[in-house]
Amino acid sequence: MSDYKIEIKNLYKIFGPDDKNMVELVANGLGKQDLLDKHQHVLGLRDVNIGISASSINVIMGLSGSGKSTLIRHINRLIEPTVGEINVDGENVLAMDKDKIRDFRRFGASMVFQNFGLMPHRTVLENAMYGLNIQGVVSSEGEKRAQHWLDRVGLSGFEDRFPAQLSGGMQQRVGLARALATDADILLMDEAFSALDPLIRADMQAILLDLQDELHKTIVFITHDLDEALRIGDDIAILRDGELIQKGTPQKIVLKPANDYVADFTKDVNRARVLTLDTLSHEAGSKKGLPLESNLPIEEAMQKMVESKFNLVTVMKNNKAVGQVSLDDMVAAIAKPKPTDSGSTTTYR
Amino acid sequence: MSFFDKFPAMERTDLRDLKKGIDSSFKEFSRSWGESIEAFFDPLFYFLVNFEKLLLGTPWPLIIGIVAGLSYLGSRSWKLSVGAAVSFLLIGYLGMWNNTMSTVALISVATFICIALGIPIGVAMSKSDRLQAMITPVLDIMQTIPIFVYLLPVVMLLGIGKVPGLIAVCVYAMPPIVRLTNLGLRLVDKEILEAADAFGSNYQQRLFKVQLPLALPNIFAGVNQTIMMALAMVVIASMIGVKGLGVPVLQSIQNQYLALGMMNGLAIVALAIIFDRVSQQYGKRLQRHREGGSDV
Repeated sequence: MSDYKIEIKNLYKIFGPDDKNMVELVANGLGKQDLLDKHQHVLGLRDVNIGISASSINVIMGLSGSGKSTLIRHINRLIEPTVGEINVDGENVLAMDKDKIRDFRRFGASMVFQNFGLMPHRTVLENAMYGLNIQGVVSSEGEKRAQHWLDRVGLSGFEDRFPAQLSGGMQQRVGLARALATDADILLMDEAFSALDPLIRADMQAILLDLQDELHKTIVFITHDLDEALRIGDDIAILRDGELIQKGTPQKIVLKPANDYVADFTKDVNRARVLTLDTLSHEAGSKKGLPLESNLPIEEAMQKMVESKFNLVTVMKNNKAVGQVSLDDMVAAIAKPKPTDSGSTTTYR
Repeated sequence: MSFFDKFPAMERTDLRDLKKGIDSSFKEFSRSWGESIEAFFDPLFYFLVNFEKLLLGTPWPLIIGIVAGLSYLGSRSWKLSVGAAVSFLLIGYLGMWNNTMSTVALISVATFICIALGIPIGVAMSKSDRLQAMITPVLDIMQTIPIFVYLLPVVMLLGIGKVPGLIAVCVYAMPPIVRLTNLGLRLVDKEILEAADAFGSNYQQRLFKVQLPLALPNIFAGVNQTIMMALAMVVIASMIGVKGLGVPVLQSIQNQYLALGMMNGLAIVALAIIFDRVSQQYGKRLQRHREGGSDV
């Protein structure tokens, strides 16, 4: 048994009639374009291995065509894999029979969709109840539970409206309530906030983080937006052309990009907001600085330093000094990294 | 050169033998199977006869009340409801009450049969492209083949009467509901279906909770079309012994009774308009949820 809630192993997905026979070619290094030109098959995912820890928000990031939506649909088998293994709590989802996978979808993992996927003929309450109807929960009990989650996402009073009467942000709250109502451990969110405008999106991110503080679900969150990934992700995996490129904490992705592609991705990020004091912290000297918590973003730390006229921070963890960070360290960390020799001239699709 | 001047057709005697062969084997078939096929359709016959008896046996004010009530339930419009009642009063006053009841019985039973058979066929078609490719040409034939051509074998098998008339009406009126059920189900948004799957719906839950409700406006357009086409068959059905408003129309054609033809023809039109408006309004109400705004 592994420490991961969901463990994806050697997953391949190739779209086409003869997909099984293409796996070996792809495993031996045949590229996406060559596969399309020479064999008329489309490469979806290539040898993906990801471990997803329980009770955390795991972001899978990539541009369109990177295979991220394909990947998340393998977890509840809305898409059948070509080869590979996905273990959830030690059980291989890809080996489940029809009844078992149906039960897993009912009780094990619920999903939120980019375009909401609400049922237009059902009211808000009936939509939120959908998963419970499918589970076979009696309707009085189901109504109570659906109502509870509608209240939690801030939709009290809208129960009897139809989805078409709500704004996009409110519709996605219904989608979120519907997914939460089933009480599944795993929440799959496919570009859940991508269709919303920036202010509403920030709202929804806040709601999600709030709920997660209390619920501790295992969330797999797909996005193409790096700022979103950095804001909500405990862990970020970056996909490109169906391959996993880098996986790590937001700080690691920003500070130590695995290659030029990731570096290029992260170059416009507000580093001061992503990086926290402990990522810069080094051994404490004799000088005393402003004591601040280690998980504080340096953006806020600098604000506090300016207010209190310190130019050194003593990094505190559990009321103990664990290191220090100077203003110069911070400025150096925020400054854009030098372009690597090859990186600046390469263009990425 | 004669090859190009004259089409290389079958020998006349061969052709005659072929036609004769088909005719005699069908006659043979109808002689040996006719009775059991008739027995098979017996329940249909009793259904139609009893429904007609029920309509004719009910006091006329009650019928008008029911017509007005159903019109209101369907359309939620007083105007339409009053219009329907007035039309029926006028029809009765002009001496067409009994024929109208017969026609209403025929149309109702035919529509019921078309729905009961057509919707399941449409559902099956929407599931399988192969089935769709097989059934579509059959529907094309049902709608375009001259009615008398299939009337003939039906009459040969079952004789003249209500059941062959009912079958003729159903053959002609069923295609729209099959087509529109199939179309409506195929048009349901893929993302909504994916959501239904993602929450673990099984086949029945997916069909009855999501697909059919979302396809309902299209299915209802199909029901409306089916009713209209059934009404269009009333006169032709009367040629093979179905009672109703078609009979006087047929008489008036044969005897040049202008007024008789007009009146009964207009009664059919009145029925058509009432059925059409009520079912369309009802279909529109089913789509209420598609509209934005708060007054629901």
